[in-house]
Amino acid sequence: MTQLALVIDLNVCVGCHACVTSCKEWNTSGWAGPMVDQRPYDADPTGTFFNRVQTFEVGEYPNTETVHFPKSCLHCEEPPCVPVCPTGASYKRKDNGVVLVDYDKCIGCKYCSWACPYGVRELDEMQKVMKKCTLCIDRITDESKPESERKPACVLACPTSARLFGDVHDPDSEVSVAIRERGGYQLMPEWGTQPANHYLPRRKTRIQIFDDELERVDNPLDKEHPLPAASGETLDDVTF
Amino acid sequence: MHPAFSVIFLTTLIGAAQGMFMALVTGQVYSMANLLEPQDSVSFYAAGSLIALLLLGGGLVAAVFHLGKPSYFITRAWRGVTQWRTSWLSRELIALPAFMFLVFLYGGVHYMGWTDALFTIKGVIPVDLSLIIGTLGVLMAITLFISTAMIYASLRFLQEWHSPLTVVNFILFGLASGFTLTAAFSAWTGVDLVDFYGTWAVVFTIMAFVSRFWSMLRNERIKHKSDMRSALGIRHTKITQRSMGFMGGSFNTKEYFHGKSAAFVEAVRLFFLVMVFAVPVALLAAGNALESRYLPVLAFLAQYIGLLAERWYFFAEAKHPQNLYYQTVG
Repeated sequence: MTQLALVIDLNVCVGCHACVTSCKEWNTSGWAGPMVDQRPYDADPTGTFFNRVQTFEVGEYPNTETVHFPKSCLHCEEPPCVPVCPTGASYKRKDNGVVLVDYDKCIGCKYCSWACPYGVRELDEMQKVMKKCTLCIDRITDESKPESERKPACVLACPTSARLFGDVHDPDSEVSVAIRERGGYQLMPEWGTQPANHYLPRRKTRIQIFDDELERVDNPLDKEHPLPAASGETLDDVTF
Repeated sequence: MHPAFSVIFLTTLIGAAQGMFMALVTGQVYSMANLLEPQDSVSFYAAGSLIALLLLGGGLVAAVFHLGKPSYFITRAWRGVTQWRTSWLSRELIALPAFMFLVFLYGGVHYMGWTDALFTIKGVIPVDLSLIIGTLGVLMAITLFISTAMIYASLRFLQEWHSPLTVVNFILFGLASGFTLTAAFSAWTGVDLVDFYGTWAVVFTIMAFVSRFWSMLRNERIKHKSDMRSALGIRHTKITQRSMGFMGGSFNTKEYFHGKSAAFVEAVRLFFLVMVFAVPVALLAAGNALESRYLPVLAFLAQYIGLLAERWYFFAEAKHPQNLYYQTVG
């Protein structure tokens, strides 16, 4: 069985929001649209977004690290939002594991959004139905596009390639290898939702060097510490 | 969570209606056992059923306003009965109209006077149509109580709600307000059942106080399973949000926050503790002593207003884990 998902590399994400804007651009006019903005130029603007980039500071000054954190639907393998839907509008596709909403069945009761611990479902203010990341289902399943373009808009837009896309059930896929070899993890594992999307942690490359490794013990220029005696018994003479 | 007034009115109105219907059937069973005076079919049982039906109708109207658009009630809400295998909300959407239908039948049978015994059990218990429908109605009322409460209690990461106490509270609040309403109805119409219903109303109110107090204690000591560490997957004790990714509002910043100060929430709690428990008990006792027509009615009104506050607090006290991602605008 296929389970399509994103793998997001927090080590590479620079927080540029290109995935946010490309997501809105593609989806507002596509299958999942419109993603309406309300009062965009007034005091209290609001609007529908499938993807956000948030910023967190880890640690205490001066030992801090800034983490940019893209957040969208995780396409859980045990999605808590699907069974609670009273009308069957919320569903998980059998063929590729993408969690979707049928706008024609949704009654806008918001119960699925209560049932999602990650807060990735949003009620569209104009259409009054629940909307969420579709992994650009109209793009990734569009066989008229070349293979290289059959990817979510956010993945194609990312300038640092922080977003990988693929089948996490195929052990040899790029995403599975990344999860396996680069410490991929799931968000809020305590709820057993088995998110398909994974995150790759921040990584530091350090070489371990000790002080004595930086200094030559038998430095011929060092006059203070005389060289070991050149005469007398050597180690070879006393050991067998 | 953001308290939705549609749901506050829905749950309190249908709770009182379910309690009242159960009170009416209880009265009928007691009178069959000759523990109470038999009451008039039309002026007591049919009129009482009508009141319950009106409350249920009010709840249904409130529920319509919980939908994205009220028009979805006509065009799409019928789909809500399809997912009863997995969704407690779907089960509620089945149980509510079924219960309304049974209340309508119960009131109708009493109104038409079809209360001749169909058969007798062991020669002592005469079973008529209203008793059969009443029993089915009570079972459906219990089903509806459980379905409504499980909508909240089944959400495992809303830990304040994820407890059997939620179900117990919903049932006891419904019974308390329903029996108080029936006592008020009896007092108003001059039926000699005020003491019977009033006593049970006080008993249920005290039981509701115990279970609600217990759940508040539980919720104050609750240890939330999710924290910034699990939300981001970063192992550090100090993680501060610097930006939620946007300056304006969104569904995430509105739906899951009550947006009121801690002092306001505390005031609501004090208000409902007084109005749901202390005031109705005092008014029912005073009504009993003074044999007043009006005090039991006042008792119900006070308790109902208190229950609106209780349900508001019920939403406000639940902390959704998604709020971890929305702490600072930036």
